[in-house]
Amino acid sequence: MALLEASDLSLGYDSRYIVKGLDFSVNSGDFLCIVGENGSGKTTLMKTLLGLIKPFGGQILTGDGLKKKDIGYLPQHTALQKDFPASVREIVLSGCQGRFAFRPFYGKAEKQLAFENMRRMGIEELKDSCYSKLSGGQQQRILLARALCAAEKLLLLDEPVSGLDPKVTAQMYELIRDLNKEGLTIIMISHDINAAVRYASHILHMGVTCFFGTREEYLKSDTGKLFLMLKRGGEACA
Amino acid sequence: MPDKLLMYFQHPFVRYAFIVGVLIALCSSLLGVVLVLKRFSYIGDGLSHVAFGAMAVAAVMKLTNEMLLILPVTVISAILLLRTGQNAKIRGDAAIAMISVGALAFGYLLMNIFPTSSNLTGDVCSTLFGSASILTLTQKEVVLCAILSVAVVLVFILFYNRIVAVTFDETFAKATGVNTQACNLLIAAVIAVIIVLAMNLVGSLLISALVIFPALSAMRIFSSFKSVTICSAFLSVICAVSGIVISILAGTPAGSTIVAADVAAFGLCSLAGLIKRGTGR
Repeated sequence: MALLEASDLSLGYDSRYIVKGLDFSVNSGDFLCIVGENGSGKTTLMKTLLGLIKPFGGQILTGDGLKKKDIGYLPQHTALQKDFPASVREIVLSGCQGRFAFRPFYGKAEKQLAFENMRRMGIEELKDSCYSKLSGGQQQRILLARALCAAEKLLLLDEPVSGLDPKVTAQMYELIRDLNKEGLTIIMISHDINAAVRYASHILHMGVTCFFGTREEYLKSDTGKLFLMLKRGGEACA
Repeated sequence: MPDKLLMYFQHPFVRYAFIVGVLIALCSSLLGVVLVLKRFSYIGDGLSHVAFGAMAVAAVMKLTNEMLLILPVTVISAILLLRTGQNAKIRGDAAIAMISVGALAFGYLLMNIFPTSSNLTGDVCSTLFGSASILTLTQKEVVLCAILSVAVVLVFILFYNRIVAVTFDETFAKATGVNTQACNLLIAAVIAVIIVLAMNLVGSLLISALVIFPALSAMRIFSSFKSVTICSAFLSVICAVSGIVISILAGTPAGSTIVAADVAAFGLCSLAGLIKRGTGR
Protein backbone atom coordinates (compact mmCIF):
# COMPACT_ATOMS: atom_id res chain seq x y z
CA MET A 1 0.00 0.00 0.00
CA ALA A 2 1.08 3.58 -0.62
CA LEU A 3 2.50 5.68 2.18
CA LEU A 4 -0.11 8.32 1.56
CA GLU A 5 -3.13 8.18 -0.67
CA ALA A 6 -5.58 10.97 -1.34
CA SER A 7 -8.81 10.19 -3.09
CA ASP A 8 -11.40 12.68 -4.33
CA LEU A 9 -10.02 15.29 -1.98
CA SER A 10 -11.75 18.68 -1.74
CA LEU A 11 -9.89 21.47 -0.02
CA GLY A 12 -10.49 24.99 1.13
CA TYR A 13 -10.79 27.24 4.13
CA ASP A 14 -13.41 29.60 5.52
CA SER A 15 -16.10 27.57 3.71
CA ARG A 16 -14.55 28.45 0.33
CA TYR A 17 -13.60 25.64 -1.99
CA ILE A 18 -10.21 25.84 -3.68
CA VAL A 19 -9.73 22.38 -5.12
CA LYS A 20 -12.15 19.59 -5.86
CA GLY A 21 -11.60 15.96 -6.74
CA LEU A 22 -7.88 15.68 -6.15
CA ASP A 23 -6.38 12.19 -6.47
CA PHE A 24 -2.79 11.25 -5.87
CA SER A 25 -0.65 8.78 -3.99
CA VAL A 26 2.83 8.83 -2.57
CA ASN A 27 4.93 5.72 -2.20
CA SER A 28 7.80 5.23 0.16
CA GLY A 29 10.94 6.81 -1.31
CA ASP A 30 9.12 9.11 -3.71
CA PHE A 31 10.00 12.75 -4.28
CA LEU A 32 6.73 14.49 -5.02
CA CYS A 33 6.80 18.08 -6.16
CA ILE A 34 3.65 20.17 -5.96
CA VAL A 35 3.58 22.97 -8.51
CA GLY A 36 0.97 25.49 -9.58
CA GLU A 37 0.09 29.13 -9.63
CA ASN A 38 -0.34 31.24 -6.52
CA GLY A 39 -3.63 30.58 -4.80
CA SER A 40 -4.09 27.16 -6.38
CA GLY A 41 -4.18 25.57 -2.92
CA LYS A 42 -0.67 24.16 -2.57
CA THR A 43 -0.15 25.31 0.99
CA THR A 44 -3.73 24.40 1.89
CA LEU A 45 -3.08 20.88 0.64
CA MET A 46 0.06 20.64 2.73
CA LYS A 47 -1.74 21.88 5.83
CA THR A 48 -4.45 19.32 5.19
CA LEU A 49 -1.88 16.55 4.88
CA LEU A 50 -0.44 17.68 8.21
CA GLY A 51 -3.85 17.57 9.82
CA LEU A 52 -3.94 21.30 10.54
CA ILE A 53 -7.03 21.80 8.37
CA LYS A 54 -9.84 19.36 7.78
CA PRO A 55 -10.61 18.48 4.16
CA PHE A 56 -14.08 19.41 2.90
CA GLY A 57 -14.52 16.07 1.21
CA GLY A 58 -12.72 12.94 0.19
CA GLN A 59 -10.12 11.25 2.32
CA ILE A 60 -6.44 10.83 3.00
CA LEU A 61 -5.36 7.31 3.76
CA THR A 62 -2.00 6.54 5.30
CA GLY A 63 -0.25 3.23 4.89
CA ASP A 64 2.98 1.51 5.88
CA GLY A 65 2.27 2.42 9.49
CA LEU A 66 2.75 6.13 8.88
CA LYS A 67 1.88 8.05 12.01
CA LYS A 68 1.58 11.76 12.63
CA LYS A 69 4.79 11.81 14.59
CA ASP A 70 6.73 10.38 11.64
CA ILE A 71 6.09 13.48 9.54
CA GLY A 72 8.49 16.40 9.49
CA TYR A 73 7.46 19.82 8.26
CA LEU A 74 9.35 22.83 6.98
CA PRO A 75 6.96 25.77 6.96
CA GLN A 76 6.94 28.44 4.30
CA HIS A 77 9.61 30.97 5.07
CA THR A 78 7.92 33.57 7.20
CA ALA A 79 9.51 36.35 9.12
CA LEU A 80 9.57 34.36 12.31
CA GLN A 81 9.84 36.71 15.20
CA LYS A 82 12.93 38.78 14.71
CA ASP A 83 13.85 39.24 18.33
CA PHE A 84 13.24 35.66 19.39
CA PRO A 85 16.00 34.63 21.76
CA ALA A 86 16.65 31.00 20.97
CA SER A 87 19.84 29.10 20.30
CA VAL A 88 20.10 26.81 17.28
CA ARG A 89 20.26 23.80 19.59
CA GLU A 90 17.03 24.76 21.32
CA ILE A 91 15.20 25.11 18.02
CA VAL A 92 16.45 21.83 16.56
CA LEU A 93 15.59 20.05 19.80
CA SER A 94 12.06 21.38 19.66
CA GLY A 95 11.54 19.15 16.62
CA CYS A 96 11.72 16.14 18.94
CA GLN A 97 8.68 17.46 20.77
CA GLY A 98 6.22 15.00 19.20
CA ARG A 99 8.29 12.05 20.36
CA PHE A 100 7.39 12.20 24.00
CA ALA A 101 3.80 11.93 24.99
CA PHE A 102 3.90 12.87 28.65
CA ARG A 103 7.59 13.15 29.44
CA PRO A 104 8.47 16.75 30.29
CA PHE A 105 12.16 16.81 29.34
CA TYR A 106 14.41 15.79 26.47
CA GLY A 107 16.31 12.59 27.05
CA LYS A 108 19.68 11.41 25.79
CA ALA A 109 18.13 9.92 22.65
CA GLU A 110 16.56 13.23 21.64
CA LYS A 111 19.75 15.18 22.26
CA GLN A 112 21.69 12.66 20.19
CA LEU A 113 19.13 12.86 17.39
CA ALA A 114 19.23 16.66 17.39
CA PHE A 115 23.02 16.61 17.25
CA GLU A 116 23.07 14.13 14.38
CA ASN A 117 20.62 16.19 12.37
CA MET A 118 22.62 19.34 12.99
CA ARG A 119 25.67 17.50 11.66
CA ARG A 120 23.72 16.25 8.68
CA MET A 121 22.81 19.84 7.83
CA GLY A 122 26.34 21.05 8.51
CA ILE A 123 25.34 23.44 11.25
CA GLU A 124 26.78 21.78 14.34
CA GLU A 125 29.31 24.55 14.88
CA LEU A 126 26.44 27.04 15.05
CA LYS A 127 24.68 25.20 17.85
CA ASP A 128 25.07 27.98 20.42
CA SER A 129 24.42 30.85 18.04
CA CYS A 130 21.28 32.91 18.18
CA TYR A 131 18.82 31.82 15.50
CA SER A 132 17.58 35.29 14.60
CA LYS A 133 21.10 36.60 13.91
CA LEU A 134 21.91 34.00 11.22
CA SER A 135 21.49 34.28 7.46
CA GLY A 136 18.43 33.07 5.55
CA GLY A 137 20.21 29.97 4.25
CA GLN A 138 21.46 29.02 7.69
CA GLN A 139 18.01 29.55 9.16
CA GLN A 140 16.49 27.23 6.55
CA ARG A 141 19.07 24.55 7.40
CA ILE A 142 18.19 24.89 11.06
CA LEU A 143 14.48 24.53 10.36
CA LEU A 144 15.24 21.56 8.11
CA ALA A 145 17.24 19.94 10.90
CA ARG A 146 14.29 20.54 13.20
CA ALA A 147 11.94 18.93 10.67
CA LEU A 148 14.28 15.95 10.40
CA CYS A 149 14.06 15.43 14.15
CA ALA A 150 10.36 14.86 13.69
CA ALA A 151 10.57 12.97 10.39
CA GLU A 152 11.07 9.25 10.43
CA LYS A 153 9.57 8.62 7.03
CA LEU A 154 8.01 11.65 5.42
CA LEU A 155 9.18 15.23 5.03
CA LEU A 156 6.88 18.03 3.88
CA LEU A 157 8.60 21.14 2.56
CA ASP A 158 6.75 24.33 1.75
CA GLU A 159 8.82 26.53 -0.57
CA PRO A 160 12.14 25.60 1.01
CA VAL A 161 14.20 27.97 -1.11
CA SER A 162 12.10 31.14 -1.19
CA GLY A 163 14.19 34.17 -0.38
CA LEU A 164 17.53 32.40 -0.82
CA ASP A 165 20.19 33.41 -3.35
CA PRO A 166 20.96 31.08 -6.30
CA LYS A 167 24.03 29.48 -4.76
CA VAL A 168 22.35 28.71 -1.46
CA THR A 169 19.26 27.55 -3.36
CA ALA A 170 21.31 24.99 -5.27
CA GLN A 171 22.91 23.77 -2.04
CA MET A 172 19.50 23.46 -0.43
CA TYR A 173 18.18 21.36 -3.33
CA GLU A 174 21.22 19.08 -3.20
CA LEU A 175 20.66 18.65 0.52
CA ILE A 176 17.04 17.69 -0.06
CA ARG A 177 17.97 15.28 -2.83
CA ASP A 178 20.53 13.60 -0.59
CA LEU A 179 17.86 13.15 2.08
CA ASN A 180 15.61 11.56 -0.52
CA LYS A 181 18.42 9.22 -1.57
CA GLU A 182 18.84 8.22 2.06
CA GLY A 183 15.30 6.88 1.89
CA LEU A 184 13.18 9.73 3.16
CA THR A 185 9.96 10.35 1.26
CA ILE A 186 9.63 13.98 0.30
CA ILE A 187 6.70 16.17 -0.64
CA MET A 188 7.81 19.64 -1.67
CA ILE A 189 5.92 22.71 -2.79
CA SER A 190 7.89 24.73 -5.27
CA HIS A 191 7.49 27.75 -7.47
CA ASP A 192 10.61 26.72 -9.29
CA ILE A 193 9.38 24.47 -12.09
CA ASN A 194 12.91 23.83 -13.36
CA ALA A 195 13.99 22.46 -10.03
CA ALA A 196 10.77 20.47 -9.83
CA VAL A 197 11.35 18.63 -13.10
CA ARG A 198 15.02 18.15 -12.27
CA TYR A 199 14.68 16.63 -8.81
CA ALA A 200 11.18 15.20 -8.45
CA SER A 201 10.12 11.66 -9.23
CA HIS A 202 6.45 12.62 -9.29
CA ILE A 203 4.66 15.87 -9.98
CA LEU A 204 1.33 17.12 -8.75
CA HIS A 205 0.18 20.13 -10.71
CA MET A 206 -2.59 22.16 -9.09
CA GLY A 207 -4.66 24.68 -10.96
CA VAL A 208 -7.62 24.82 -13.28
CA THR A 209 -6.68 21.38 -14.49
CA CYS A 210 -4.95 19.14 -12.03
CA PHE A 211 -2.34 16.64 -13.04
CA PHE A 212 -0.67 13.87 -11.14
CA GLY A 213 1.92 11.47 -12.47
CA THR A 214 5.59 10.75 -12.77
CA ARG A 215 7.98 13.40 -13.98
CA GLU A 216 8.21 11.79 -17.44
CA GLU A 217 4.44 11.72 -17.79
CA TYR A 218 4.24 15.34 -16.72
CA LEU A 219 6.78 16.46 -19.31
CA LYS A 220 4.72 14.76 -22.01
CA SER A 221 1.35 16.03 -20.78
CA ASP A 222 -0.37 19.13 -22.11
CA THR A 223 -0.59 20.69 -18.65
CA GLY A 224 3.11 20.20 -18.14
CA LYS A 225 4.13 21.46 -21.56
CA LEU A 226 2.00 24.57 -21.22
CA PHE A 227 3.13 25.36 -17.71
CA LEU A 228 6.79 24.84 -18.54
CA MET A 229 6.48 27.01 -21.60
CA LEU A 230 4.75 29.78 -19.66
CA LYS A 231 7.23 29.67 -16.80
CA ARG A 232 10.33 29.43 -18.94
CA GLY A 233 8.99 31.99 -21.36
CA GLY A 234 8.27 34.31 -18.45
CA GLU A 235 11.73 33.87 -17.07
CA ALA A 236 13.31 34.44 -20.46
CA CYS A 237 11.43 37.72 -20.82
CA ALA A 238 12.41 38.80 -17.31
CA MET B 1 20.62 51.79 58.46
CA PRO B 2 20.92 48.01 59.07
CA ASP B 3 19.43 48.61 62.53
CA LYS B 4 16.46 50.25 60.94
CA LEU B 5 16.00 47.32 58.56
CA LEU B 6 16.35 44.79 61.40
CA MET B 7 13.79 46.65 63.41
CA TYR B 8 11.36 46.57 60.51
CA PHE B 9 11.96 42.88 59.89
CA GLN B 10 10.86 42.10 63.42
CA HIS B 11 7.32 42.92 62.36
CA PRO B 12 5.61 39.95 60.77
CA PHE B 13 3.86 42.09 58.14
CA VAL B 14 7.21 43.26 56.78
CA ARG B 15 8.44 39.67 56.59
CA TYR B 16 5.24 38.63 54.84
CA ALA B 17 5.58 41.46 52.36
CA PHE B 18 9.13 40.39 51.67
CA ILE B 19 8.26 36.72 51.08
CA VAL B 20 5.30 37.53 48.89
CA GLY B 21 7.25 40.13 46.97
CA VAL B 22 10.05 37.75 46.08
CA LEU B 23 7.66 34.94 45.12
CA ILE B 24 5.55 37.15 42.89
CA ALA B 25 8.57 38.71 41.24
CA LEU B 26 9.87 35.23 40.43
CA CYS B 27 6.58 33.96 39.01
CA SER B 28 5.77 37.02 36.97
CA SER B 29 9.17 37.10 35.31
CA LEU B 30 8.95 33.47 34.15
CA LEU B 31 6.19 33.96 31.65
CA GLY B 32 7.24 37.45 30.70
CA VAL B 33 9.49 36.13 27.95
CA VAL B 34 6.64 34.12 26.44
CA LEU B 35 4.25 37.07 26.58
CA VAL B 36 6.67 39.51 25.01
CA LEU B 37 7.36 37.09 22.17
CA LYS B 38 3.71 36.25 21.62
CA ARG B 39 3.06 39.98 21.29
CA PHE B 40 0.94 39.98 24.41
CA SER B 41 2.97 42.47 26.42
CA TYR B 42 -0.14 44.31 27.45
CA ILE B 43 -2.11 41.30 28.63
CA GLY B 44 -0.88 41.89 32.17
CA ASP B 45 -2.48 45.29 32.19
CA GLY B 46 -5.72 44.07 30.62
CA LEU B 47 -6.11 41.13 32.96
CA SER B 48 -5.28 43.16 36.01
CA HIS B 49 -8.14 45.47 35.17
CA VAL B 50 -10.40 42.46 34.84
CA ALA B 51 -9.21 41.37 38.26
CA PHE B 52 -9.92 44.88 39.53
CA GLY B 53 -13.47 44.69 38.15
CA ALA B 54 -13.97 41.29 39.75
CA MET B 55 -12.63 42.64 43.01
CA ALA B 56 -15.17 45.46 42.93
CA VAL B 57 -17.96 42.97 42.33
CA ALA B 58 -16.69 40.83 45.19
CA ALA B 59 -16.58 43.84 47.49
CA VAL B 60 -20.12 44.83 46.58
CA MET B 61 -21.34 41.28 47.11
CA LYS B 62 -19.53 41.38 50.46
CA LEU B 63 -17.74 38.09 49.78
CA THR B 64 -15.49 37.08 52.62
CA ASN B 65 -12.96 35.46 50.32
CA GLU B 66 -12.52 37.70 47.30
CA MET B 67 -10.10 35.26 45.66
CA LEU B 68 -12.94 32.83 45.00
CA LEU B 69 -14.41 35.26 42.49
CA ILE B 70 -11.33 37.07 41.21
CA LEU B 71 -9.30 34.01 40.26
CA PRO B 72 -11.87 32.20 38.08
CA VAL B 73 -13.00 35.41 36.34
CA THR B 74 -9.41 36.35 35.48
CA VAL B 75 -8.52 32.85 34.33
CA ILE B 76 -11.53 32.77 32.01
CA SER B 77 -10.67 36.19 30.57
CA ALA B 78 -7.07 35.13 30.00
CA ILE B 79 -8.17 32.01 28.18
CA LEU B 80 -10.57 33.97 26.00
CA LEU B 81 -7.92 36.54 25.15
CA LEU B 82 -5.14 34.10 24.30
CA ARG B 83 -7.39 31.68 22.48
CA THR B 84 -8.79 34.27 20.14
CA GLY B 85 -5.34 35.68 19.54
CA GLN B 86 -4.67 33.96 16.24
CA ASN B 87 -7.67 34.29 13.98
CA ALA B 88 -10.34 36.24 15.77
CA LYS B 89 -12.39 39.04 14.32
CA ILE B 90 -11.11 41.34 17.05
CA ARG B 91 -7.35 40.91 17.17
CA GLY B 92 -5.13 40.62 20.23
CA ASP B 93 -4.33 44.23 21.02
CA ALA B 94 -7.87 45.50 20.42
CA ALA B 95 -9.38 42.68 22.45
CA ILE B 96 -7.06 43.43 25.36
CA ALA B 97 -7.81 47.15 25.20
CA MET B 98 -11.54 46.47 25.10
CA ILE B 99 -11.60 44.10 28.06
CA SER B 100 -9.20 46.21 30.04
CA VAL B 101 -11.02 49.52 29.73
CA GLY B 102 -14.43 47.91 30.05
CA ALA B 103 -13.58 46.06 33.24
CA LEU B 104 -11.90 49.08 34.78
CA ALA B 105 -14.88 51.32 34.11
CA PHE B 106 -17.33 48.69 35.29
CA GLY B 107 -15.40 48.13 38.50
CA TYR B 108 -15.18 51.82 39.30
CA LEU B 109 -18.85 52.29 38.48
CA LEU B 110 -19.86 49.50 40.85
CA MET B 111 -17.68 50.87 43.61
CA ASN B 112 -19.32 54.26 43.16
CA ILE B 113 -22.89 53.01 43.19
CA PHE B 114 -22.37 50.70 46.16
CA PRO B 115 -19.65 52.37 48.20
CA THR B 116 -18.22 49.97 50.78
CA SER B 117 -16.26 52.58 52.69
CA SER B 118 -16.25 56.34 53.06
CA ASN B 119 -12.85 56.80 51.40
CA LEU B 120 -13.69 55.64 47.87
CA THR B 121 -10.91 57.42 46.01
CA GLY B 122 -8.39 56.05 48.49
CA ASP B 123 -9.71 52.53 48.01
CA VAL B 124 -9.54 52.71 44.25
CA CYS B 125 -6.10 54.24 44.38
CA SER B 126 -4.73 51.51 46.59
CA THR B 127 -6.21 48.71 44.47
CA LEU B 128 -4.78 50.25 41.35
CA PHE B 129 -1.37 51.17 42.69
CA GLY B 130 -1.12 48.63 45.51
CA SER B 131 0.19 51.30 47.83
CA ALA B 132 -0.53 49.56 51.08
CA SER B 133 -2.04 46.18 50.44
CA ILE B 134 1.25 44.32 50.51
CA LEU B 135 1.77 45.49 54.08
CA THR B 136 -1.64 44.31 55.20
CA LEU B 137 -1.27 40.66 54.18
CA THR B 138 -2.48 38.04 56.62
CA GLN B 139 -0.71 34.77 57.28
CA LYS B 140 -3.41 32.92 55.36
CA GLU B 141 -2.84 35.05 52.28
CA VAL B 142 0.90 34.48 52.47
CA VAL B 143 0.38 30.73 52.59
CA LEU B 144 -2.01 30.85 49.64
CA CYS B 145 0.43 32.98 47.69
CA ALA B 146 3.28 30.58 48.47
CA ILE B 147 1.27 27.55 47.34
CA LEU B 148 0.19 29.22 44.11
CA SER B 149 3.74 30.40 43.39
CA VAL B 150 5.15 26.93 43.85
CA ALA B 151 2.45 25.60 41.54
CA VAL B 152 3.28 28.20 38.89
CA VAL B 153 7.00 27.46 39.01
CA LEU B 154 6.39 23.70 38.88
CA VAL B 155 4.03 23.96 35.92
CA PHE B 156 6.49 26.20 34.13
CA ILE B 157 9.41 23.81 34.62
CA LEU B 158 7.41 20.71 33.68
CA PHE B 159 6.04 22.27 30.52
CA TYR B 160 9.06 24.38 29.70
CA ASN B 161 9.97 22.55 26.49
CA ARG B 162 6.44 22.58 25.18
CA ILE B 163 6.03 26.26 26.00
CA VAL B 164 9.22 27.05 24.07
CA ALA B 165 8.06 25.02 21.06
CA VAL B 166 4.61 26.58 20.98
CA THR B 167 5.96 30.10 21.41
CA PHE B 168 8.53 29.74 18.67
CA ASP B 169 6.40 28.12 16.00
CA GLU B 170 2.88 27.11 16.86
CA THR B 171 2.07 25.62 13.44
CA PHE B 172 5.09 23.34 13.47
CA ALA B 173 4.39 22.23 17.02
CA LYS B 174 0.82 21.42 16.10
CA ALA B 175 1.87 19.58 12.95
CA THR B 176 4.24 17.34 14.86
CA GLY B 177 1.64 16.34 17.37
CA VAL B 178 1.93 18.80 20.26
CA ASN B 179 -1.41 19.69 21.77
CA THR B 180 -1.03 23.42 21.21
CA GLN B 181 -4.51 24.30 22.36
CA ALA B 182 -3.97 22.69 25.75
CA CYS B 183 -0.61 24.41 25.92
CA ASN B 184 -2.08 27.84 25.23
CA LEU B 185 -4.79 27.19 27.77
CA LEU B 186 -2.18 26.32 30.34
CA ILE B 187 -0.18 29.46 29.60
CA ALA B 188 -3.33 31.55 29.93
CA ALA B 189 -4.29 29.98 33.25
CA VAL B 190 -0.81 30.44 34.67
CA ILE B 191 -0.71 34.07 33.58
CA ALA B 192 -4.06 34.73 35.22
CA VAL B 193 -2.88 33.20 38.49
CA ILE B 194 0.29 35.29 38.39
CA ILE B 195 -1.66 38.47 37.80
CA VAL B 196 -4.09 37.88 40.61
CA LEU B 197 -1.11 37.22 42.87
CA ALA B 198 0.75 40.28 41.68
CA MET B 199 -2.21 42.56 42.33
CA ASN B 200 -1.41 42.33 46.01
CA LEU B 201 2.11 43.51 45.47
CA VAL B 202 2.11 46.28 42.94
CA GLY B 203 -1.58 46.83 42.24
CA SER B 204 -3.35 46.53 38.92
CA LEU B 205 -1.59 49.27 37.04
CA LEU B 206 1.97 48.20 37.56
CA ILE B 207 1.61 44.49 36.87
CA SER B 208 2.62 44.84 33.25
CA ALA B 209 5.89 46.32 34.36
CA LEU B 210 6.59 43.35 36.61
CA VAL B 211 5.84 40.90 33.82
CA ILE B 212 7.57 42.67 30.96
CA PHE B 213 10.63 44.51 32.28
CA PRO B 214 12.75 41.58 33.49
CA ALA B 215 12.13 39.71 30.22
CA LEU B 216 13.02 42.70 28.06
CA SER B 217 16.11 43.41 30.15
CA ALA B 218 17.32 39.82 29.86
CA MET B 219 16.70 39.83 26.11
CA ARG B 220 19.13 42.74 25.74
CA ILE B 221 21.98 40.56 26.96
CA PHE B 222 21.27 36.89 26.27
CA SER B 223 20.27 35.07 23.11
CA SER B 224 19.08 31.63 24.13
CA PHE B 225 15.65 31.00 25.57
CA LYS B 226 16.97 29.26 28.65
CA SER B 227 19.49 31.94 29.57
CA VAL B 228 16.95 34.70 28.99
CA THR B 229 14.43 32.98 31.26
CA ILE B 230 16.94 32.34 34.04
CA CYS B 231 18.34 35.85 33.81
CA SER B 232 14.92 37.48 33.90
CA ALA B 233 13.96 35.47 36.97
CA PHE B 234 17.14 36.58 38.75
CA LEU B 235 16.73 40.20 37.72
CA SER B 236 13.13 40.26 38.83
CA VAL B 237 13.91 38.86 42.28
CA ILE B 238 16.86 41.22 42.75
CA CYS B 239 14.73 44.21 41.75
CA ALA B 240 11.91 43.13 44.05
CA VAL B 241 14.27 42.73 47.02
CA SER B 242 16.03 46.03 46.46
CA GLY B 243 12.72 47.77 45.74
CA ILE B 244 11.18 46.59 49.00
CA VAL B 245 14.27 47.47 51.01
CA ILE B 246 14.41 50.95 49.51
CA SER B 247 10.71 51.48 50.04
CA ILE B 248 11.09 50.59 53.71
CA LEU B 249 14.08 52.84 54.23
CA ALA B 250 12.82 55.77 52.20
CA GLY B 251 9.15 55.35 53.03
CA THR B 252 8.11 55.16 49.39
CA PRO B 253 5.24 52.99 48.08
CA ALA B 254 6.46 49.42 47.56
CA GLY B 255 4.93 48.78 44.15
CA SER B 256 6.22 51.79 42.30
CA THR B 257 9.65 51.51 43.94
CA ILE B 258 10.00 47.95 42.65
CA VAL B 259 9.00 49.03 39.17
CA ALA B 260 11.48 51.91 39.34
CA ALA B 261 14.16 49.34 40.19
CA ASP B 262 13.05 47.29 37.18
CA VAL B 263 13.32 50.31 34.91
CA ALA B 264 16.81 51.03 36.22
CA ALA B 265 17.78 47.40 35.60
CA PHE B 266 16.47 47.67 32.05
CA GLY B 267 18.65 50.71 31.47
CA LEU B 268 21.72 48.90 32.78
CA CYS B 269 20.99 45.81 30.68
CA SER B 270 20.50 47.84 27.52
CA LEU B 271 23.86 49.44 28.15
CA ALA B 272 25.48 46.07 28.79
CA GLY B 273 23.90 44.72 25.62
CA LEU B 274 25.27 47.61 23.59
CA ILE B 275 28.76 47.11 24.99
CA LYS B 276 28.57 43.35 24.39
CA ARG B 277 27.54 43.85 20.79
CA GLY B 278 30.19 46.53 20.34
CA THR B 279 32.98 44.24 21.51
CA GLY B 280 31.50 41.14 19.92
CA ARG B 281 31.75 42.24 16.32
